[in-house]
Amino acid sequence: MKLGHAIMALQAICGREINKFVRQRGRLFSALVRPALWLFVFAVGFQNVLGISIMEPYDTYIVYQVYIVPGLLGIILLFNGMQSSLAMVYDREMGLMRLLLTSPLPRWYLLLMKLIAGTVLSVIQAYAFLILCAIFQIELPWSGWFYALPALILGAMMLGAIGLALSVYIKQLENFAGTMNFVIFPMFFVSSALYPLWKLEDAGADILHLLAMYNPFTHVVQLIRFAFYGQFNSTSFGVVTFCLIVFFSLAVWGYDPQRGMTLRKGKPG
Amino acid sequence: MNQNNHSYKSSHPVLQVSSVSKSYGKRKALDEITMQINASEFVALLGPNGAGKTTLFQLLTGLFVADNGSIIIQDFDIRHHAVRALAGIGIVFQQATLDLDLTIGANLRLHTNLHGINKKESQNRIHKELERLDLIARINDTVRSLSGGNKRKVELARALLHQPGLLLMDEASIGLDPASRQSLVNYVRELCSDRNVAVLWATHLVDEVEHADKVVVLNHGKLLADTTPEQLINQTDTAGIHEAFLKLTNNKQENREISA
Ligand SMILES: Nc1ncnc2c1ncn2[C@@H]1O[C@H](COP(=O)(O)OP(=O)(O)O)[C@@H](O)[C@H]1O
Ligand SMILES: [Mg+2]
Repeated sequence: MKLGHAIMALQAICGREINKFVRQRGRLFSALVRPALWLFVFAVGFQNVLGISIMEPYDTYIVYQVYIVPGLLGIILLFNGMQSSLAMVYDREMGLMRLLLTSPLPRWYLLLMKLIAGTVLSVIQAYAFLILCAIFQIELPWSGWFYALPALILGAMMLGAIGLALSVYIKQLENFAGTMNFVIFPMFFVSSALYPLWKLEDAGADILHLLAMYNPFTHVVQLIRFAFYGQFNSTSFGVVTFCLIVFFSLAVWGYDPQRGMTLRKGKPG
Repeated sequence: MNQNNHSYKSSHPVLQVSSVSKSYGKRKALDEITMQINASEFVALLGPNGAGKTTLFQLLTGLFVADNGSIIIQDFDIRHHAVRALAGIGIVFQQATLDLDLTIGANLRLHTNLHGINKKESQNRIHKELERLDLIARINDTVRSLSGGNKRKVELARALLHQPGLLLMDEASIGLDPASRQSLVNYVRELCSDRNVAVLWATHLVDEVEHADKVVVLNHGKLLADTTPEQLINQTDTAGIHEAFLKLTNNKQENREISA
């Protein structure tokens, strides 16, 4: 694989994904509606119920709305990651995936291109949401917009890799409701997105606390949360990077034709 | 109908399939297939629905791996050198793989980018292919707006952009009216001589194979014949290719192999 060829192909795939995204006007809207509802309805309602005391990375009391922004950025990345992988299944049936898989490029690189293209879309949506937050004067540090970028990219890639791996192994994924129930919601609720984990500990919900601590999504959220205040959460960075490598490898393994997994779900002919 | 001058050129094989088998679970979709295609040959792969044609194409394009046997495309084994083998083949799938909302030009550029062809060269080639196919005026139209025949032509153009030595066409004429079907067959037939491209043309329609250099008959995953159309008629002792095909596929229990 020549470098020029690799870059050219990557640009083409990213271009196609962005083009598709722009064409489906409803997609940006619905990507923003979900977190906006959490922020302007749920968070406002729970403002007084869930007070957040001083804790890392915050050096002052914060309102609940500020607390959940990193979690909502996380859910945007999670949602788009899953949607991109659903598109893999769909593309496979529609034949566009065939076009990719029969290009003269190594399999792992084809999957990496898909992952990067999905990441670009995730990050664009995350910043669209930040703009919304700014318009409604949620108090976030402006420098965070800059510091959060690497965390958003890494998080988006890891969640996209989970989606890629799932697209190989789980048939359920063909229907989005199934993905919502069995992947997206559990990951979202059992994490630090909506409340700090010590609340679970205080409540004596030991198992939930344990699950949340080992939930990769928690670490995406924490990585973003810390990055927003210019801090580096090395544990979360380690977990997210590790998960990215594991899930991407699983996806590459699953899409290896030697495994005979490719097109398994496609109709014959 | 006599195209014997094209047959059995002693040229280099562009495709060598040796004892290839493939099962889906217990069902054997391909059973010990051995065949060869030489440079600029037009080979028809004739078989009824479910014969295993698409399965063979999926093995040839590396989407699946054969259970056993080997597939060599222009000296590269698809199992071990998939990337280089793929660089040498053009593919028109049975199911369309065009992005309907993109223009013809954008669809073709996506392909040249995936093949690493630089911008200028890509523009040149796209223009040439579309000109030959009389589609250049529509380069900026979305694929959705094209007729079925023209969509197929765009897929054919795309398959040729990286100048493959072997063109694989899986039931490319399906769903086309007789006139478009004939013009597509003729066009591809000419490619062989004009541009030295070898073609494997899968079909279940007998009338498309009359002018082939070779006919490979596939039924229930087994290769029943691999010969010229004339020989096929002679050896089955029939009056025409239609009859020969029917006789062969009905006699599947006997499973006679007929070779040139
Ligand atoms: N992905 C698949 N899973 C299971 N069976 C399959 C699959 N693809 C094809 N088959 C079966 O293999 C046989 C050959 O199919 P196919 O190669 O599509 O034939 P053709 O293209 O000649 O119509 C058929 O019996 C078909 O049902
Ligand atoms: Mg078929």
